[in-house]
Amino acid sequence: MTIALPAAPAQAPRRQILVATAMVSASAFMLIIGMIAMWLKFRAGAPTRDSADGLKIIKDWMPASVKIPEVAANIMLTTFPFGALMAQWAAYSAKRNDSSHRSLALAISFLIGLAIVNAQVAVYSQMDIGLADGQFQTMFYAVTGTMLLLVVGGMVFSLVAFFRSVGGRDNDTDVINAHAFYWYFLTAAFSVVWFVVYVQK
Amino acid sequence: MYLGDLPKMTNIDTHVGASTHAQGAGSALVVSVGQWITSSDHKKIGRLFIGTSLLSAFLAAVLGLIFGLERVSPAHMEIFHGDATPQMFALYQFALVFGVLAPLFIGIAIAVVPTQLGARALAFPRVAQFGFWAWLFGALMVDISIIGNGGPGGGATDLVDLYLLGVALAAVGLLAGSLSIATSVLTARAPGMTLDRIPAFSWSALVGSFATLLSLPVMISTIIYLYVDHTHAQLVFGGNKGINSFLGWSLSQPMTFVFVIMALGVLAEVAPATARTEQPLRPVVLAGIAIISTAVLGAVTQTAQILDWAGTNSDKVKSTLLHSLFNGLPLLGMLIVVLLSLLCLKMGTPRVTASFALSLLGALMIIVGVLGNGLYTLKAVSLDGTVFSEGVVLYLVYGGLLSALGALSHWAPLLWGRAIDNTKTLGLALIGLLGTILASFPLYIAGFADQPANIVMGFDYDGPVALWNVLAGLGHALIVLTVLGFVGLVIDAVRNGESVSQEASA
Repeated sequence: MTIALPAAPAQAPRRQILVATAMVSASAFMLIIGMIAMWLKFRAGAPTRDSADGLKIIKDWMPASVKIPEVAANIMLTTFPFGALMAQWAAYSAKRNDSSHRSLALAISFLIGLAIVNAQVAVYSQMDIGLADGQFQTMFYAVTGTMLLLVVGGMVFSLVAFFRSVGGRDNDTDVINAHAFYWYFLTAAFSVVWFVVYVQK
Repeated sequence: MYLGDLPKMTNIDTHVGASTHAQGAGSALVVSVGQWITSSDHKKIGRLFIGTSLLSAFLAAVLGLIFGLERVSPAHMEIFHGDATPQMFALYQFALVFGVLAPLFIGIAIAVVPTQLGARALAFPRVAQFGFWAWLFGALMVDISIIGNGGPGGGATDLVDLYLLGVALAAVGLLAGSLSIATSVLTARAPGMTLDRIPAFSWSALVGSFATLLSLPVMISTIIYLYVDHTHAQLVFGGNKGINSFLGWSLSQPMTFVFVIMALGVLAEVAPATARTEQPLRPVVLAGIAIISTAVLGAVTQTAQILDWAGTNSDKVKSTLLHSLFNGLPLLGMLIVVLLSLLCLKMGTPRVTASFALSLLGALMIIVGVLGNGLYTLKAVSLDGTVFSEGVVLYLVYGGLLSALGALSHWAPLLWGRAIDNTKTLGLALIGLLGTILASFPLYIAGFADQPANIVMGFDYDGPVALWNVLAGLGHALIVLTVLGFVGLVIDAVRNGESVSQEASA
């Protein structure tokens, strides 16, 4: 009879949620980049027309009657890094076992997400365009709507992380770090959308 | 002791036990089905993917057989009428690429990779399980929509929307499976197992999953545009008629190259086991597998790069570079893996195994498909729009199917606890090889005869062209036979085979 010690249990997985979030973020970034690429393709294929001041020849892509509220769009751009900053604060607090600041930072990142959704709704409301009004309008809603869904995903992530934090999960650093990573991704993705859709138009 | 002397409780217990046993037949079935539906066991999830993909392979080959028969004499054997034909071709292509090629290897990876890594479990097994059901229901939605005249170019508007949602849901399912596999490889390896030490198949699963994670979202982004446009405006993408022109790339090359990465991983894994030696140039093999993933670059551009030597020298260089990048590099990676696998065989003491035969033949068929795609994308050859492209897809998908059967044969002890009969599987390998060549190569020739792709009517099939289509139909019939035969061998092994150590094949 052979006497042997039982095999050691397999090692617990390392930083699984962070790694998975990084891959989901990479996929979602490809989703946004794919949409932007299609946008640019259609924009490049648009005919040309004189600009409103008659000084330039521009692409007849965005109808002259459509006005993009740049203040709201710029506010959104500056708000995203604050969301990432709050998420990073949560990660920093989690590392220092500071549960109250961790929960506070997560709650604020959720509220920032809410503010971004509010700003996007304001953009839609001020632009007052229909989804079926034309090529630009249809693609505008598709791109910004997809970005909005990704933000809502970030808010859900913040909310889940917040409840876990309030519930006393002090060893939740993997989730908190993953949450911060997702907010960095959101900031990068919106920067691309902002430049192509709101600035370059 | 008499029964009456026993405490009453004992009698009651006995009665309850008997009753439970009587009800058990029905309830055990319910419990068993429930366990399969909700299981987080990676082997069960993997087997669900594998079984459903093989069913899909059977159905796709039957469709191919029907198209082959129709093309022999369209006037007399018209099975699909009018608008139904292009839609059934869409279903056929969807079944081949998203019903067979992609999910089959994802299923094998889900079942095998955690064991190879010495992991506790698959990372996010519920995500993988969701992936299977999302893929399955997405595929069913595609089937239902096409049957109801809602495929690309179909007239039923609501069902066209369902088609788009179905394709997107199936893609989300495949993404979920890929996410689970890639995360497992990156985070759940046994202590000391660094990335350069993982088995070749696990490496290919990581590379293939990551390539899928990067390329499928681009397809979903197109679907979002198509869906929004189709449901509201129909101004931008041409409504239902425009779906194929914007989404067709996802069912052709180089997107399909992404899904065959794991097929080369199977060969790289099986060859050293067959040769009973270690792969002497293992890092180079792993690099070869990684090089194939350059196909992602081609896939995300949503177009096949055409090699056109017209124009200035600068144009020629640009065209050649892009063509080489998107078609040449994946081919180079495949050649590295195949040649080094053969070298490994030469250095060891090989034996004849069905798993090696299937994986080698599958890889060779895939390479013929990639070479065919290189030819198809030469502008000077003028094959665009011909049935040649169908031949390329078939080489890749049926080659992938052969490789997958090789993998299933190799890891049968792990998956089912039984070994599959080697001699009979070798026979099936030959039938599968013949089926793949017959289903694909005649379409290469018919492409040079300008037979158009994705239609049946409106072309003169007289003369040798009819023969090519007869042979293609025969090839599909042999693939049907191969799939059925393999499933039969698995069932026979599970019922009558002797139990085999699972660790042996891991």
